[in-house]
Amino acid sequence: MTEASDPVLIRTRGLTKRYPGVVALDAVDFELRAGEVHVLFGENGAGKSTLISMVAGASEPSDGVIEVRGEPVQFRSVADAREKGISAVFQEFSLVPTMSVAENIFLGDEPGRGIFTDRGAMRRRARELFAELDFDIDPYASVARLSRAQQQMVEIAKAFHSDVSILILDEPTASLTNHEVDHLFRVIEKMKARGVGIIYISHRVQEFARIAERVTVLRDGAKIGTVDIADTSESQLVEMMTGRAIAEIYPVIKRSPAEPVLSVRNLSAPGIDDVSFVVRPGEVLGVAGLVGSGKSRCFRALMGLIPTEGGSVTLNGSDVTGRSTRQMMRGGVYYLTANRKAEGLQLAFSVRNNLSQGVMPAMPSRAGLLPWGRIAAKVEAIAEQVALPVPYRSRLAAQLSGGNQQKTLFGRGLGWDYDVYILDEPTVGVDMGARSEIYRLIRDLAEAGKAVIAISSDLPEAMNLAHRLLVFSKGRIAAELEGDDINEASVLAHFFDDEGKAA
Amino acid sequence: MSDTVSAEGRGKGRSGLVAILRSIFLRLGVLPFFLVIAIVTFSLLSDRFLAVGNFMNVFRQSVYLLLVSMGQMLALLTGGFDLSVGAVIALTSVTAALVMVALAGIMPDAVWLVIALGCLAGLFAASLVGVVNGIGVAYFGVSPFIMTLGVSSVVAGISLFLTGGVPVSGMPFEFGNIFGFGRLFGVPVPVLVALVVIVAMWILMARTRLGAHIYAVGGNEKAAKLSAIDTKATLMTAYGLCALIASLTGLLLTARVESGEANLGGTVALESIAACVIAGVSLRGGIGRVENVVLGAIFITLAQNGMNLAQVSSYMQMVLLGGVLILAVVFDQIRYRMLMGRA
Repeated sequence: MTEASDPVLIRTRGLTKRYPGVVALDAVDFELRAGEVHVLFGENGAGKSTLISMVAGASEPSDGVIEVRGEPVQFRSVADAREKGISAVFQEFSLVPTMSVAENIFLGDEPGRGIFTDRGAMRRRARELFAELDFDIDPYASVARLSRAQQQMVEIAKAFHSDVSILILDEPTASLTNHEVDHLFRVIEKMKARGVGIIYISHRVQEFARIAERVTVLRDGAKIGTVDIADTSESQLVEMMTGRAIAEIYPVIKRSPAEPVLSVRNLSAPGIDDVSFVVRPGEVLGVAGLVGSGKSRCFRALMGLIPTEGGSVTLNGSDVTGRSTRQMMRGGVYYLTANRKAEGLQLAFSVRNNLSQGVMPAMPSRAGLLPWGRIAAKVEAIAEQVALPVPYRSRLAAQLSGGNQQKTLFGRGLGWDYDVYILDEPTVGVDMGARSEIYRLIRDLAEAGKAVIAISSDLPEAMNLAHRLLVFSKGRIAAELEGDDINEASVLAHFFDDEGKAA
Repeated sequence: MSDTVSAEGRGKGRSGLVAILRSIFLRLGVLPFFLVIAIVTFSLLSDRFLAVGNFMNVFRQSVYLLLVSMGQMLALLTGGFDLSVGAVIALTSVTAALVMVALAGIMPDAVWLVIALGCLAGLFAASLVGVVNGIGVAYFGVSPFIMTLGVSSVVAGISLFLTGGVPVSGMPFEFGNIFGFGRLFGVPVPVLVALVVIVAMWILMARTRLGAHIYAVGGNEKAAKLSAIDTKATLMTAYGLCALIASLTGLLLTARVESGEANLGGTVALESIAACVIAGVSLRGGIGRVENVVLGAIFITLAQNGMNLAQVSSYMQMVLLGGVLILAVVFDQIRYRMLMGRA
């Protein structure tokens, strides 16, 4: 338990971060004491990552003050923060895939003399560090060849090695097994005993309740409150996080399943092993699984974004195995990417131009000319449908908030009459308001007789939207759940399955 | 099941060879294969190719390309490239020659001082070019392609402007005698210079912080930044060193031709990139080794030598060089996917 007498390691006052078009963090006061684990709790896009990136020196505040041990600081770089004993494990891996494990751990802080590095010392100290943390990783191995869990361990080792007094962990358990999580928690207890303060980001309440002292809840960039973990409950935290009771967030979606429009039989692809399932119009098929479980890869393979190695895919009765993405789209399948900035939107185009890209293929040209008037009318109708306010429609996609970007991407899928909508992480980095809009759109699609596939790393989302739920583990479907069988315990039980469904 | 097992058994001898070739490809890239193909082809085309004397000759000729490739490797490892190396060679040549000629008139007795100041002037001019490249790429985020292409035009223009397109002659004879044709312990001076640079580069890349940081910036710039590496300074240094090494090459070439020429180093940008990529330096950055690049540069020179002996016209040689470069990049893509993909 933290005492008020424990020294304050970090205090922020009115910490604010503005990006063009968005306030990512709005005047947040936060405090970390020595020897405590302080959890940041909130949805994607609530501002947790923004807060820690400023504390870790990865970005600079637009406004407000950060104090380390009572002394105001201005971090210009990660190096500045590290000098004050602050070390961070970011969710976005900060490893160099082309280098070895040992080189990565000491990157930017290489042992040696003067300008020279001492490779022997590097490997020896990496070994010592792994021995202390009880991690079983070869310091010589190339990082590109490690599993995600192993990479995560290297990240953690990298943060531990320097003289750290403030440690920031951004979802460190996202790709760890239960066993590895226990392991990590023992290490964290050790650090706490040494007086290290830890800022910990996680969505898994039951998990962090074991190690945390306090929780600060953020929503849409603002601080909702800080509570002692002993005085709170999971449902109270979720209510603080979302601003409403769980039952109010997810719409009730009527289910009227028809004959399968899309059937996948024994599909194999890199990282995907013998996957079979069907997709029916008029229902939402949820897809859950850990990062790296293959839940996204499976559908990317189906869409022709990665090559398939075996099996068959049937769409509306015809065999479309191994078809290109364009052919799949023409066949009536829309794929909404999980990475809207890298492969979804044209960031330098306006919202209208982004939307018209979705409309254009459906518009017959006249004498080789596109009917721009009709396209424009359709674009406005779609913008209305996805609730994009008029002033935003002429803005560049790059300048929109995550929520409005996602609505734009969603709208592109409405430009044509698709039969199947594959939504890969439909609400990643989206604020609460836009989230309920997107759920409403999903409901409308499903109730209009479309087949909707919702792939989500946010387990409550996957569970609450789905009529049927596929759980992926290690490239296979570990379980297919329906109705009342969809609950957290049964889903989590399959997350680490080694075997597929009983053969 | 039993069918597949027996099929595997039958194919074992062949798949063993494939596995060996695959591991050579992953470790060393496409170079060993190109070398074997080149040596076999040219020995068949010309009986003079395999002579020991010819190989010594090739090594001596390769020195200049080898040096430039050492610098080019630094730019490539950061994930960029430097198209201005040829222009840097020209600028160095012209600057050094002009300074030497001017100073030789003022102080005809202090030959060594004249040569030293001339060389320093050349190196200084080149390092300015490197700094400009570095600032553009690191601080203004200009793509290395446009930055170094633009700078290349600027620098080539300046070199031609300074000389009016006419070679600068009248440098001290000692300069050419020592740095162009001299020998120390029986070894040609340019070869010695190249050996020193190779060793220095190997130490830099394998044993220093700066080397590690250059690999890291090219391997994943964001990660390097989050590891408290000053990525901008690292990029600057890489482009600066690249220009300096090219400049050194410019001095050696100037000594060889005994005049300052604005048309030295014409095709060296393409050739040095080809040498690096063939030697397994990834165009995406982060991957590449000094010792392989040495072999890559020797390979390019060897191929040119072989084609000369086989009486391939110089026009056709350009076609082949470009083809080899593109082929090497295609194989680099395949190799990168194999290296990064989890087996």
